[in-house]
Amino acid sequence: MKKFFAAVLFAAVFAGAAFAAPLDAFKGQKGKIDIAGGTAHIPVMKEAAKRIMTVNSDIRITVAGGGSGVGVKQVGEGLVEIGNTGRPLKEPEIQKYGLVSFPFAIDGVAVVVNPANKVSKLSFEQLIDIFTGKITDWKEVGGEAGAINLYVREDGSGTREVFTDKAIKKAVVSTKANVVNSNGAMKTAVGKDKRAIGYVGIGHIDKTVKAPKLAGMTATQENAASGKYTVVRDLFMNTKGKPSGLTALFIDYIYTPEGAQIIKDSGYIPVARKK
Amino acid sequence: MFRNFRTTAHRPATLDNKTHSAGLKTPALIGFSAVYVSSLLVLLFVFIISCAIDGVIHGGSTLFTSIWRPEEGHFGILPMLSATTALSVSSLLLGWCITLGVVSFIHGFGSRRVAACLHSLLRTMTAMPTVVYGFASVFLLAPVIRDALGGTGFSWLTATLLLALLITPTMSLTISGVVEQLMKESSVTAEALGFSRAEQFVYIALPAAKKWLFSAALLGFGRACGDTMIPTMLAGNAVQHPCLPSDAIRTLTAHIGLVMSSDVGGTAYYSLFVSGGILLIVCIAANLLFRFSVKAKMKKTDEMEI
Repeated sequence: MKKFFAAVLFAAVFAGAAFAAPLDAFKGQKGKIDIAGGTAHIPVMKEAAKRIMTVNSDIRITVAGGGSGVGVKQVGEGLVEIGNTGRPLKEPEIQKYGLVSFPFAIDGVAVVVNPANKVSKLSFEQLIDIFTGKITDWKEVGGEAGAINLYVREDGSGTREVFTDKAIKKAVVSTKANVVNSNGAMKTAVGKDKRAIGYVGIGHIDKTVKAPKLAGMTATQENAASGKYTVVRDLFMNTKGKPSGLTALFIDYIYTPEGAQIIKDSGYIPVARKK
Repeated sequence: MFRNFRTTAHRPATLDNKTHSAGLKTPALIGFSAVYVSSLLVLLFVFIISCAIDGVIHGGSTLFTSIWRPEEGHFGILPMLSATTALSVSSLLLGWCITLGVVSFIHGFGSRRVAACLHSLLRTMTAMPTVVYGFASVFLLAPVIRDALGGTGFSWLTATLLLALLITPTMSLTISGVVEQLMKESSVTAEALGFSRAEQFVYIALPAAKKWLFSAALLGFGRACGDTMIPTMLAGNAVQHPCLPSDAIRTLTAHIGLVMSSDVGGTAYYSLFVSGGILLIVCIAANLLFRFSVKAKMKKTDEMEI
């Protein structure tokens, strides 16, 4: 029994040490990192910043939003160290500012309906008609008769951005749509409403909701990572020239297993560093 | 005779004030904190109003339209304004009626034991976090409304019911405190005249507490239009003018919460300050309006009785 406790204690201490290890790189460092740009990145950046600043209070990290455009502009003009974008950089942007990109996560969005809903597949055209308010009854897409209840995310949400760009091709969503402000709230709403349709980040799908096939594609982490599922985008960190000092350490940290866990917890799929 | 009860009800308060100011000097620290807090409040008001003006300049002409589509440069906040007005008025009406019933039950018509239970229940309810109400309603109330009225269940009506529940305890306790005092003071006279408890409540205490019925309504209105959690969780947040009770609506408070979570800078962001400014002005205006109307009314009735 004593041995068992000793083993547990040892394991706990060891796990603690292993957990803290990636942050050791920041010991003795001092300075400031400013981060701006894509809003989808914010939860990952904030959590990483929080952990770093907890172990070393001499480091200040600020995280701001603004969108991908703002990210490119600010990092290019040297106003921030890291500019986040939710899209690959355009050729002129790379040439003008000399930016280096670090893709670190995949953000996939799945259409979800109530598990009791019989509809198991939708085409892009049907989806657009549903969200713009042209199709208002489930029986028009092969389900049980009943008005379709739309749920969308709030303006500025990264999930909303991917869905609008990649799934409904920038169509204007009906004003009757209910707005919820998190993936969790979306799952609760759709999971409780038999006639609901909404969308969540792929990492958030569980038993409470059902993701019908979209144009023949199944929304899973694997398919999103392999490119078989197309309602996805990569999330990038960008720096002006090769990163150095604190900025390099921060980017390294995002690519550690601990960084990957933060990415997963935020609902995205971590991507290994490109050599 | 009845006028006397009203005047006696206010006498203790004025007496207290006099002895207090004559006998005690205000410690410097308390004076300093008072100045500090008031200047903070003034600064806050100035900040919000100046940011709102900035927002109007930035947002330009699209602000006071009915279309909210930030991607295309439409920043209309009128639907949010009408939703806030509709929701707070409807929940105030419902809540105030319930309050009147509750107070009547506690002091006039209910058995004393049940009344005491109800009173302590109300006290507990004032301390209830709104998120608890919201969360429970997402699971319990919204499905009922959905089945009964159609729509999503997240609607004007759902939020109204919950907001009424939220403001009832505060209003009830405010009125109840005053009525209790009035009942005590008039008890000997009322018993001498052969009034029952219910009669004493209806003919003496309630008319004398008229002013407090108004100020409780004001308090309730302030809470109803300022609450964020319940509209965000239960009203559906669709940007449209309220027409039917089953419509999803977005209040100014919910709007600020929704946009703020993901945006900084840009016209959408500035429109938040306009929303905040409008909310502040509406609340202050309601406050002043109620005060003036109550004052005018009291003066009038006093003169009539003299």
